[in-house]
Amino acid sequence: MANILIKADKINKTYKLFAEEINAVKDVDLEIYQGEFIAIMGPSGSGKTTLLDILGCLDSVSAGKLKVLDNDVSVLKESSLVKIRRANVGFVFQEFLLIPTLTALENVELPLLFAKLPQQRKLAVNLLQKVGLGSRINHLPKQLSGGERQRVAIARALVTSPKILFADEPTGNLDTKSGQQVFDIFKELNQKDGLTIVLTTHNFKLGLQAKRIVFLKDGRIVSRVESSLCV
Amino acid sequence: MKILSVAFKNLQRKKIRTFLTIGGVAIAVAVLVSLIGFDAGYQKSLSNDIDKMGYQVLVTAKGCPYEAATLMLKGGGGLRYMEQSVYDKIAKDPRVDKISPQLAATEFDKDRQDGQGGIVLYMGVSDSYLELKPWSKFKTGGWFSNDDADEVIIGYEAAELEQRVPGDQILIPNLNKALKVIGVFERTGTQDDGIVFIPLKTAQRIFNLPGKLTGIGIKLKDIGSLGDFEESLYNEPGIQVISMAQVKGTIFNLVSSSKAMTNSVAIIAILIAVIGVINTILMSVFERTKEIGVMKAIGASRLDVFRIIWLETTLICVLGGILGDIIAILGTNIVEHIIRQVLPYAPAGKLVIITPELLFASFLGAVVMGLIAGVYPAFRASSMRPVEAIRLGD
Repeated sequence: MANILIKADKINKTYKLFAEEINAVKDVDLEIYQGEFIAIMGPSGSGKTTLLDILGCLDSVSAGKLKVLDNDVSVLKESSLVKIRRANVGFVFQEFLLIPTLTALENVELPLLFAKLPQQRKLAVNLLQKVGLGSRINHLPKQLSGGERQRVAIARALVTSPKILFADEPTGNLDTKSGQQVFDIFKELNQKDGLTIVLTTHNFKLGLQAKRIVFLKDGRIVSRVESSLCV
Repeated sequence: MKILSVAFKNLQRKKIRTFLTIGGVAIAVAVLVSLIGFDAGYQKSLSNDIDKMGYQVLVTAKGCPYEAATLMLKGGGGLRYMEQSVYDKIAKDPRVDKISPQLAATEFDKDRQDGQGGIVLYMGVSDSYLELKPWSKFKTGGWFSNDDADEVIIGYEAAELEQRVPGDQILIPNLNKALKVIGVFERTGTQDDGIVFIPLKTAQRIFNLPGKLTGIGIKLKDIGSLGDFEESLYNEPGIQVISMAQVKGTIFNLVSSSKAMTNSVAIIAILIAVIGVINTILMSVFERTKEIGVMKAIGASRLDVFRIIWLETTLICVLGGILGDIIAILGTNIVEHIIRQVLPYAPAGKLVIITPELLFASFLGAVVMGLIAGVYPAFRASSMRPVEAIRLGD
């Protein structure tokens, strides 16, 4: 089998909300291989997003061991996590979260600025063409539809050539048609470019198009399905 | 794309808010420039006024020395007189280089200042007046034909006000006396510009003050002998000696006490501006919690976020500094006008002097202000944890 990119060993996440301790992720074991397309599914409050944040080095682990690309990130603080994120990880969010003052092209270029990589306008333009927005690169987010914004966000996540792409409910704010369009981009990235993709969704129709599905309930993995048959 | 343009574009998001904050900084800078410019200009003009009198010592009839000082400079009412014999005696002193007797007189002219009325200062002077002020030049005409002629020479501003040229008649109100204008002085930038000069003997005659003087201006051969010279005059009855150095010191002292007040106003203006800037930027940081979180998620380090917010603050202050300098330059005349109304004695030269150095220093001050004001908001933004900022940032 292919390389292991992420290996989670009984990871837990607890945080305090109004003096109440919440155990959002409980004893999760998970291995993610190069080239996988994993959908994390489950009801609201099941810990999908928290698990995704942890796997993507956006959040820290409370207990357990997490290795991301051979870095033991369970012991790292935010200042070190940012370096791992920058080099290896791309993020797409449910609410797109583009910077409203910057054009589509500038939004895509932004991670290069933070990564101190040379500004490659051509690369950014190519990525926007790839997600079908070649003619709208100078539009501001507010001039784009929801589906278009999410495609800009995908181009932004790809510009630093990450090894893994994380997407948190990427179609959650989209209608069925543009949701499927966005999902097709993920499938294409996975199949053609071999990019590893981890996403959360509660849309079964979309989730079943992933190669593997992990079901979460109350912070625990309750079942794992190889769903390549469904594709 | 640069960090700078990210910061700049964000400032354009809320234009009115940004503009108001820049305006606050601009006003503080303009106040600072005007106050410092006033300090410099006032001292310079005052020194110039006093130095251009040409004499180091003024002998006047006994009275309050401050009154004497204002009389000398402004020629207000309540004049005191001394005998001309005092002049004859001092003129013989070997330490005296040049000496000029004066008789000042004032008349109220109801037609001055568009009918509001105003005081006209007449100054009886002898030929030695020009020796004390070798820089005096005639714009037109020349000196009196003799020392008892019914003639006047008018200062530059007085001539403009009265609209007189040599050959015209000038009427002294209340005395019904007409004198002939024989000359007009060039502008000197001092109080002399507003004075009507008359030959000493003529003045004594028409104001009915025979043998009387109001002051004697003296220039010594050696300024070092000033102390001795003053002492030798202490025994003269009915007169007092005022050295110009003293007058300068007295006026500067009066001004410096009010300077402390105005400086504290400037400091308060700056403090308010700084707090305004911090408040604005902090507000915009909290409004953008999610954006800052997402920047971190896509690879921005603490330092990156810090720099963006810090730059925004500095940009506001840079723009405020430039605008403040412009306001200060454009507002000089207004400030001058206001100060002239308020000050007990305003010298004739430019009151507010704004130099390129002052403008640059104030601009630099604004930048430093921005750098300091930006630290806390930038720190708050940079220490946001990405996941909290994104997930809980509503």
